[in-house]
Amino acid sequence: MEITVNGVAQSIAAAEPDLLSVLKSNKIEDPQMVAVQLNGQFVESSQYAATILSEGDVVEFLYFMGGGSR
Amino acid sequence: MIDFTTEQLNRYSRHILLKDVGVEGQVKLGRARVLVVGAGGLGSPAALYLAAAGVGTIGIVDNDQVDISNLQRQIVHGTKDIGRSKVESAAEAMRAINPDVEVRPLATMLCADNIMEIIKDYDFILDGCDNFPTKFLVNDACVMAGIPFSHGGILRFDGQTMTVIPGESACYRCVFRQPPPPDSVPTCSQAGVLGAIAGMLGTIQTAEALKYITGAGRLLTDTLLSFDASNMDFRKVALRRQDDCPVCGARPTITELTDAEQTVCALKK
Repeated sequence: MEITVNGVAQSIAAAEPDLLSVLKSNKIEDPQMVAVQLNGQFVESSQYAATILSEGDVVEFLYFMGGGSR
Repeated sequence: MIDFTTEQLNRYSRHILLKDVGVEGQVKLGRARVLVVGAGGLGSPAALYLAAAGVGTIGIVDNDQVDISNLQRQIVHGTKDIGRSKVESAAEAMRAINPDVEVRPLATMLCADNIMEIIKDYDFILDGCDNFPTKFLVNDACVMAGIPFSHGGILRFDGQTMTVIPGESACYRCVFRQPPPPDSVPTCSQAGVLGAIAGMLGTIQTAEALKYITGAGRLLTDTLLSFDASNMDFRKVALRRQDDCPVCGARPTITELTDAEQTVCALKK
């Protein structure tokens, strides 16, 4: 199926991909490193594995970025 | 109300020419008070441009000293400043650019006990700190005090920023609920950062501060702007206030400030 990840179309081979596997396939090894929006709604990190994606879903990974001073 | 000297009219002429700023906007800048958190990568360009812009009162808070490894990006400091207090070094550079502005160097570390007392004297806070506990502290304190602020973060070739108007737009905790576990997200001192990225992001944050004060344009509220300068890709992600946000939601669970564990010092060495 086709989904959009951070503004870019992605083809997913799995029929019922869950959010956690999509995180992993996008090289986000530690799910705590990002906040995740699915179709504009935030998903709790505890729900990543249980959230099944559908055709056309829009996923945004928002990365923690803490640098600034040092 | 308009009491600019000829010299000031010349100094600020490029602002005054702008339809959305003008003399009125410049007067607002002169009356405004902005606090810069961190005299580092983001705080350096912010401090310089805020001073150049004629923001009347600029506080700058940092408890660190200038190190030679800072100079690749922290352009408010020079080689001669190595070992000096960062805020004293920054204040000198700011006053040299514009003697009109009142610079308040605060050589302290923001913490739960002092942040409310410090931020209450400012109209806008520009967060350029280097660690998550302080970023969350700045967010929570600004939300509680109702003071608008700009969040900024940089790493490697990447930057992100959002502007928060408490009570109106999404806050940092609407997006990121709590600091990431220690060591899960690298810092600039661990992973590096391209020096100019600090300038790119710090000037975006400063533009937001100037826009907020003058009322020009549309702010980066309810929006996370992020960029990857390795390809110069810029993206905006729309955000909205979360009803269940622990600090700005309908039933906040965070009602007083606490110091989260400071991991940055352990990571730094």
